[in-house]
Amino acid sequence: MNNLIVYLEIEDGIVGDVSLELLTKGRSLADELKCKLEAVAIGYQLDKIGDQVFPYGVDTLYLADDKRLSPYTTLPHTSVLVNLFKETEPQIAFMGATSVGRDLGPRVSSALFSGLTADCTSLEIGSYEDKKAGKTIDNLLYQIRPAFGGNIVATIVNPECRPQMATVREGVMKKEILDPNYKGTVKKLDVSKYVSDEDFVIEVIERHMEKSKLNIKGSPIIVAGGYGMGSAENFKMLYDLANTLGGEVGASRAAVDAGFVEHERQIGQTGVTVRPKLYIACGISGQIQHIAGMQDSSMIIAINNDPNAPINAIADYVITGNVEEVVPKMIKYYKKNSK
Amino acid sequence: MSFNIVVLAKQVPDTHNVGKDAMKADGTVNRAALPAIFNPEDLNALEQALRIKDKFPGTTVSLLSMGPVRAAKILREGLYRGADKGYLLSGREFAGSDSLATSYALSCAIKKMGKVDMIICGRQAIDGDTAQTGPQVAEKMGFPQITYTEEILDVTKKAITVKRRVERGVEVLKGKLPIVITVNGTAAPCRPRNAKRLMKYKYAKTATERQTSGTDYIDEDHSYLILNEWGANDIDHDPKWLGLGGSPTKVKSIQSVVFTAKESKKITADDVEIEEMMKELIANHTIG
Ligand SMILES: Cc1cc2nc3c(=O)[nH]c(=O)nc-3n(C[C@H](O)[C@H](O)[C@H](O)COP(=O)(O)OP(=O)(O)OC[C@H]3O[C@@H](n4cnc5c(N)ncnc54)[C@H](O)[C@@H]3O)c2cc1C
Ligand SMILES: Nc1ncnc2c1ncn2[C@@H]1O[C@H](COP(=O)(O)O)[C@@H](O)[C@H]1O
Repeated sequence: MNNLIVYLEIEDGIVGDVSLELLTKGRSLADELKCKLEAVAIGYQLDKIGDQVFPYGVDTLYLADDKRLSPYTTLPHTSVLVNLFKETEPQIAFMGATSVGRDLGPRVSSALFSGLTADCTSLEIGSYEDKKAGKTIDNLLYQIRPAFGGNIVATIVNPECRPQMATVREGVMKKEILDPNYKGTVKKLDVSKYVSDEDFVIEVIERHMEKSKLNIKGSPIIVAGGYGMGSAENFKMLYDLANTLGGEVGASRAAVDAGFVEHERQIGQTGVTVRPKLYIACGISGQIQHIAGMQDSSMIIAINNDPNAPINAIADYVITGNVEEVVPKMIKYYKKNSK
Repeated sequence: MSFNIVVLAKQVPDTHNVGKDAMKADGTVNRAALPAIFNPEDLNALEQALRIKDKFPGTTVSLLSMGPVRAAKILREGLYRGADKGYLLSGREFAGSDSLATSYALSCAIKKMGKVDMIICGRQAIDGDTAQTGPQVAEKMGFPQITYTEEILDVTKKAITVKRRVERGVEVLKGKLPIVITVNGTAAPCRPRNAKRLMKYKYAKTATERQTSGTDYIDEDHSYLILNEWGANDIDHDPKWLGLGGSPTKVKSIQSVVFTAKESKKITADDVEIEEMMKELIANHTIG
């Protein structure tokens, strides 16, 4: 009872990175709370899910396996979670801040009257002093998230209601295998006891999902371009630099909005969070929402013709100059010195 | 064939254009320095409703907003663009609501509005970016939901077909009415104000607005100028689910964001300096 549970997002039999990241975070919080880490998989043909998640330290894996549960639709998945949570009374429940998690989470929280905090960037355990009631509650989940367009960071707690629910975007938490031989137990749920026929009122008529081809998150070197690149044409030099150094190209939202690159490359609060070995910011001013997604990079190079660009404050190398001039030179001198 | 559609709209501070003066020295937000606007995705939601009305002329589009009296401004804005009625839910009882308490209050108001076929709202409000209110209203009403809608493809008296855009692709879903639909910013933008409607609804006001402007009397011919204003007493509700008390989430603390500045090397586009930097990066194995 009162464990920590993670909803697993599954596409084509594969557990999504965002869920594995949450399991990693969940494992360390469960250790701190001295409770078990649980996971729930809802879908069809889930035999291989255990192999994928046990290495992250899952103690109990619930399986709701039924042809009708895949692909995802809101109501049946909600019913499984609501009924399972009533039964097992978890103290904390996590899901990805994805289009699935953000469809499902609020529905579940409303049905259980439990608070939900969307898009957390940090999760910690701490205590809360309820001044009105004159008491302090220990071992609460601090759900930390940006608010007001990223200009402030708020710490949210759910003092009374359980489970304490939070969603987190992909890439925000680190994914780390705990022990490749870790073994938990599998509990198969009798699906007919959890969902009713009325839950299947939404029919999926068409579905086109693309596997993401990019792996910006996993790249050790990121060459990111901003609005200062000026054009899609100019972005080519960033691909050249990235190819030369063995990295990927990322972008600011302004560059994405301007149509210089595809949305999948956006880094920041409403894009992916990255922490590469080297981040080269080209023509990016460094607004709070962008910095939020790359500040943990080990080394940052900023190329900007404005010596006062905010990005410079967090950069290890500040190059004041035009990208058109600097980037080709970086390629040239890398090639010259790398052999 | 016609439908009763409720569009949920929120007045929000324009967090996309936060200037330097928007943050106070103590790290709190100076709401007064931010203009209040019609939440962008709620305009996309309104457009989807108006398109249904274009196709099925007897359709009624009612806008519902919960907020302070000044939020009546976006109700008027909606009337200018084609909505039929405006409802404002306002009062001290609603203060401090998180998304759950908000959706409870909205659902009570919708129930009072009578039979509804569709509730259409924005995916998320830019002041909190939570995207929770739509699904939670759906749950409170006992309706199914379709989120991330880009286009409503077809509606019949019983069913609705919707194209939704999610992170990795597109889905077409078919659902039964009544239903809650949340609309993405990638959907069609809202039509502009209509000049005739602007003239017609310019003086549409809520009861509180009429009192403060001393124009409390409205004759029967002008009853379209009434924006319905409801307080907690006007809706059937359980007080324990409203406002701060009905909000399971509490804000423990708020901090403004500060980044610790690094000790940085400053260089120029000069060949020698760039080459020197590349050599350093190779030497310390950052690259290569
Ligand atoms: C709720 C919310 C969420 C957001 N989420 C994100 C997010 O996830 N990611 C994100 O990136 N942004 C996000 N933003 C937007 C963010 O606030 C900024 O608008 C955006 O990051 C700015 O992008 P930029 O630095 O490329 O453009 P700009 O701010 O226009 O900066 C361009 C820079 O290029 C420099 N420059 C111009 N020409 C040259 C040249 N020839 N050579 C060198 N330098 C040059 C300029 O000096 C300037 O510093 C969000 C905003 C909001 C409100
Ligand atoms: N106070 C409110 N009044 C009316 N509609 C609201 C209110 N709060 C949220 N909504 C609706 O719910 C959507 C999602 O809001 P949020 O959960 O705050 O991101 C918004 O786009 C609105 O359509």
